[in-house]
Amino acid sequence: MEWFKKARVEIDSTNKKEIPDGLWTKCPHCGEIIYVKELEKEHWVCKNCSYHFRLKSDDYIKMILDDGRLEEHDADLVSGDPLKFKDSKRYPARIRQAQEKTGLTEAVRVGIGKIDGRTVSFAVMDFRFIGGSMGSVVGEKIARAIERSLEGKMPLVIISTSGGARMQEGILSLLQMAKTSALLSLLQKTNIPYISVLTNPTTAGVMASYASLGDIIIAEPKALLGFAGQRVIQQTIKQELPEGFQTSEFFLEHGFVDLISPRKDLKKNLSLLLGYLSND
Amino acid sequence: MNGFFLDFEKPILELEKKIKEMKEFSTGESVELSKEIAQLEKRLTELQRETYSKLTRWQRVRLARHPQRPLSSDYIKLMVSDFVELHGDRYFADDKAVLAGFGYLEGRKLLIVGQQKGHDTKERQYRNFGMCHPEGYRKALRLMKLAGRFGIPILVLIDTPGAYPGIGAEERGQAEAIARNLREMTQLPVPIIIAIIGEGASGGALGIGIGDVILMLENTWYSVISPEGCAAILWKDEAGDKYETAAEALKVTAADLLELRVIDRVVPEPPGGAHRNQRGAAEILKKEILHFVDELANVRPQDLIARRIKKFRNMGVFHSESN
Ligand SMILES: [Zn+2]
Repeated sequence: MEWFKKARVEIDSTNKKEIPDGLWTKCPHCGEIIYVKELEKEHWVCKNCSYHFRLKSDDYIKMILDDGRLEEHDADLVSGDPLKFKDSKRYPARIRQAQEKTGLTEAVRVGIGKIDGRTVSFAVMDFRFIGGSMGSVVGEKIARAIERSLEGKMPLVIISTSGGARMQEGILSLLQMAKTSALLSLLQKTNIPYISVLTNPTTAGVMASYASLGDIIIAEPKALLGFAGQRVIQQTIKQELPEGFQTSEFFLEHGFVDLISPRKDLKKNLSLLLGYLSND
Repeated sequence: MNGFFLDFEKPILELEKKIKEMKEFSTGESVELSKEIAQLEKRLTELQRETYSKLTRWQRVRLARHPQRPLSSDYIKLMVSDFVELHGDRYFADDKAVLAGFGYLEGRKLLIVGQQKGHDTKERQYRNFGMCHPEGYRKALRLMKLAGRFGIPILVLIDTPGAYPGIGAEERGQAEAIARNLREMTQLPVPIIIAIIGEGASGGALGIGIGDVILMLENTWYSVISPEGCAAILWKDEAGDKYETAAEALKVTAADLLELRVIDRVVPEPPGGAHRNQRGAAEILKKEILHFVDELANVRPQDLIARRIKKFRNMGVFHSESN
């Protein structure tokens, strides 16, 4: 599967535009010129067309966790280079570059936080870090987040965004799907809830593992979701893709997400659902 | 040997043809000729060893796709008796890319689940070239759960160029079907033996690839992405001249995966590859499977599951930068 095509396209074309540094920015969806301060207040949702700008992991932490605080764990984990992988760049150099650009060590941040007073094991991915791709470190951090849930009997909340498995770690990145899903099989035997939140985009290897395995699955509006990349599908079937294909709305229609939540209601919905799924 | 051959197989095939012709010509009367034939046969063995010991990774990928390579149905025919094929996912359809059923392997009951590519154009279309839809993963899981309930060990034969990328596949939840299998296969209370017999393309392969023992035949590949896919993305390759580079970078062969400790065993193939001697290949594979079926037969289900989780839990390469 050419899991990366989509991710690359996204990185190249839209990522920069979506992180405005000026006072004003243009909505990539409807073209409306918006005051950035205003946009921030609206959780980066266009007032005109309700387009959801892509968020940084920091923004989700601020938006969802009480006092915007995550007690972060495992931020010290960094990837090895088991394949000695080199394309236009060596893999370790690519990692360093992503670290410098984002100030993060990897494409996911994990730890413990509170949602309306309820302690949760929390993970949030960041698309800016090599397209949110999953290598050994992402797999390990998600695995530890699941283990923290099990040990501390805390609900698990994962906010995903990813173009899929990270090619530069070859087969080991593929197997992170198995690793995370294997641990979720243990959570499945308990009454500890797992809520998976899908944001734009969540595709390929992440979508075909933990992101699809939530007891509850919430999607942000109009996010790109799916297994195969659209270009690959188009090349295979040799016909135009239908309008709205592989969006949150498409997934809701076909029965694969529980609800679509606008960003402003995300914390409220998480909080309500966590309440329903616990006995306190 | 008739039909299709790969460029690097050509010298071997030519030598074989020559030996065959000489044999027909001589009919064993001329001592001179017999001597020469013996010499040529010796050279053939050497040439085979030489060629196959230093194949590039891309050449192995091409061998894995050799049109005369044995498929799941061939291995089933050659290894298993009293096979009863079972169909359908009980939700939507019967995915023809998955061939599944019960059979006996030297008297041991097994559920066999294999991806099936097809031998000729007609069968390939019928089998969708071994590319599963969600219903293929669901069919596999339904039958594996049945095997689990009745204590029957599972043999999975992997051979796919990928999960099918299509509209219907997405509508019916390709990602969900694969994800669910990864989670549910972890908890099956019976031994699961995985054998990659041809192509192991990413999530399409992994979707039925969770097990206690993972075997790879000598001339197969297993990777997060095909060399072609990787070349197109990372090297912007249009002409196809970066497949070799991508295959090398991705490290996709059985030997690579053994070194990365992702698989348990490389299963040798007869000289020249499984496609040159299907019966021989099946014989070797059968012995390997029997060994592990018997070894795992007495492991308690809860221990099997715990070990299986640990096996996948420990995969990955990383370190801590704080110390
Ligand atoms: Zn807008």
